[in-house]
Amino acid sequence: MAPTTNARVSIEGVSVSFPLYHGSARSLKKLVFAAASGRLGQDRQKRVVVEALRNVSFSLRGGDRLGLIGTNGAGKTTLLRTLAGIYEPVTGRVRVEGSLNALLDPSLGMNLDLTGRENIMLRGLYNGMPRASLGQLEEDVTAFAGLSDFIDLPVRIYSSGMIVRLGFALATAIRPQILLMDEWILAGDAQFIDRAKLRLETMVRGADILVLSTHEASIIRTWCSRVLWLDEGRIRADGPPDAVLEQYLGHPLEPVTEATATEHL
Amino acid sequence: MMTGTTPAARDALLDLRADMSLAARNRLAVRDIKSGSTLWPLAWTLGWLDIKLRYRGSMLGPFWLTLSTGIMVGSLGVLYSTLFHMNVHEYLPFLSLSIVLWNFLSALVSESCMAFTEADKVIRSVRMPFFVFAIRVVIRNLLALAHNLVVIVVVFAVFLIWPGWHALLSLPAAVLWVMDALALTLLLGGFCARFRDIQPIVNSVMQIAFFLTPVIWKPEQLGPRVDLLPLNPFFDLLEIVRAPLLGDVPSTMTWLGAALYSFVLCGAAWGFFARARGRIAFWL
Repeated sequence: MAPTTNARVSIEGVSVSFPLYHGSARSLKKLVFAAASGRLGQDRQKRVVVEALRNVSFSLRGGDRLGLIGTNGAGKTTLLRTLAGIYEPVTGRVRVEGSLNALLDPSLGMNLDLTGRENIMLRGLYNGMPRASLGQLEEDVTAFAGLSDFIDLPVRIYSSGMIVRLGFALATAIRPQILLMDEWILAGDAQFIDRAKLRLETMVRGADILVLSTHEASIIRTWCSRVLWLDEGRIRADGPPDAVLEQYLGHPLEPVTEATATEHL
Repeated sequence: MMTGTTPAARDALLDLRADMSLAARNRLAVRDIKSGSTLWPLAWTLGWLDIKLRYRGSMLGPFWLTLSTGIMVGSLGVLYSTLFHMNVHEYLPFLSLSIVLWNFLSALVSESCMAFTEADKVIRSVRMPFFVFAIRVVIRNLLALAHNLVVIVVVFAVFLIWPGWHALLSLPAAVLWVMDALALTLLLGGFCARFRDIQPIVNSVMQIAFFLTPVIWKPEQLGPRVDLLPLNPFFDLLEIVRAPLLGDVPSTMTWLGAALYSFVLCGAAWGFFARARGRIAFWL
C-alpha cells in the first residue's frame, strides 16, 4: 500500500463553467458596438455558458485511490484540470497539498522538430527541475525508451514506436505525491509493454493520492479504492468501486480474477 | 526494479477560492510573477528553442536576421539620404539604430498577442505561471535583437562613430524597455486570448506608428512642431535608448514622457492581469 503522508485534496462546492465564445463573442469590435448601442447587458445575459462541474465536493487523504467514471462530457477531464489548478473554480474552493503531476496530455510540450535530448530537457524544466538533475532525467528516459543513437536527432524522424516510447518514458519520469491521470496511459509494442506496465505501476504505487479517469471498469477495480460517478457535472454516486460500478453499468459485476484484471493492461 | 525514476515534482500548496477579494487576486498575480521568474531557465530555453527552430536547417541560422536587417538598413539608408538630401555619414548610423530598435519593438508587440495562444496546449495540461510565457516572448525578441546589433556595430565601425560615455545613459532606458515589454506581453497576450480580432488591429496601429514616429526621418525635420513629438509614446521610448547611443542626451521632457507612458502601461497590465489571470485558461 502507498505510504500515507500529508498529501491532501479537498474540494468544496466547486462549480466550473465555460463561457462559450464563438463567432461574434470573440470580436472586440462587435462588443464595442453592442456596448455603444446599449445592448451589452443583454448580451451578457445571453452568453451561452456550459456548466462543466456543478457543486462538486469531496476530499482525499494519503493512500486514497479515486476513480472517475461517467460518459463523455460528464466533467471528468474538467475535474482533473480543476484539481491541477488549471481551471480556477467559479464558486467553491479547491485545496491541494503536496506535489502534483497531472498526466492530462501525455505528449505535453513534445515538439517533433526538436531532438530527443531537447524534448527531455524541456519536460524537466516544465516540471521545475533544477538544471543539475536534468542529466539524471535524460539518462533515465533515454535508457527506458531505448533511444541511445537517436537522442540528438529530431523526433520527427523517429519511428512511431520510438515516439510512443519517448512520450511514455517522459510522462512517467516524474514521480509526484498526487498523481492525476486522464485515461490509463499504456502503449507500445508487445516487447515494450511489460516494462511499461511495471514502470507505470511503480509510479502509481509511489503516489500518495491517485485520481484516475477511465472508461475501463477492470482498471478501476484493480487500482481504485473509491469511485466517483459524474453525470452532467454533478456527483451521481460516490462509494466503493464495486457498488458504484454496478450502479453505473446497470448489471452485477463478474468477480475479479487475475485474468480480467490484467486483460486490458 | 526500475532504474531511478526521478523523484522530483514541484512542491505545491494550491488553495483556490472563487469570489476572491481584490487583495487575494493581487496576491495570486504576485505569486504568478514570482514563481514565473524562478522558472526563468524554462523561459530562456523556450525562447532560445523558438529562435533555433525558426532557422533550423537554414545555412546562416539566426544570422539571416542580421543579413536581412543589414540589407534593409543599407538600401533604405542610400535611398532616404538622397530623398531627404542628407549626409550618409550622419544618416546611416541614425537609421541603423532606429530600424533595429523599431524592428524589435514591432515584432515584440505583434508576438505578444500570441504569448498565451501559442502555448495553449501547455496551459491546458499543467498549471504554469503565465509570466513564464511573457518572459519567453521577451527573451525570444531580445535574442533576435542581439543578432541585429551586429548591423549597428558594423555601421558604427564603418563610419568611425564612437558615442562616448553618453551611451551608458541608454542602460537605464534598456531596463525600462524590458519592464515595459513584460507588461505589454501580459496585457496583450491575455487580451488577445479573449478577443481574437485584436492582433490585426494591433498590427495596423504599429504600421501607422512607424510612419508617425521618427524612425526613418529625423525629429529635427519637423521644424517648430518638434515640441509635439513627446506626445507620441513611441518617440519617447525610442529616443531614450537611441539618443545616448548617438552621443546625445535625451531631454527631460522625453524621459518624463517615457516614464509616464511606462507607468500607465505597467499599471494597466497589472490591473488587467490580476483580474483576468484565472480566466485565461478558459479563453484558450
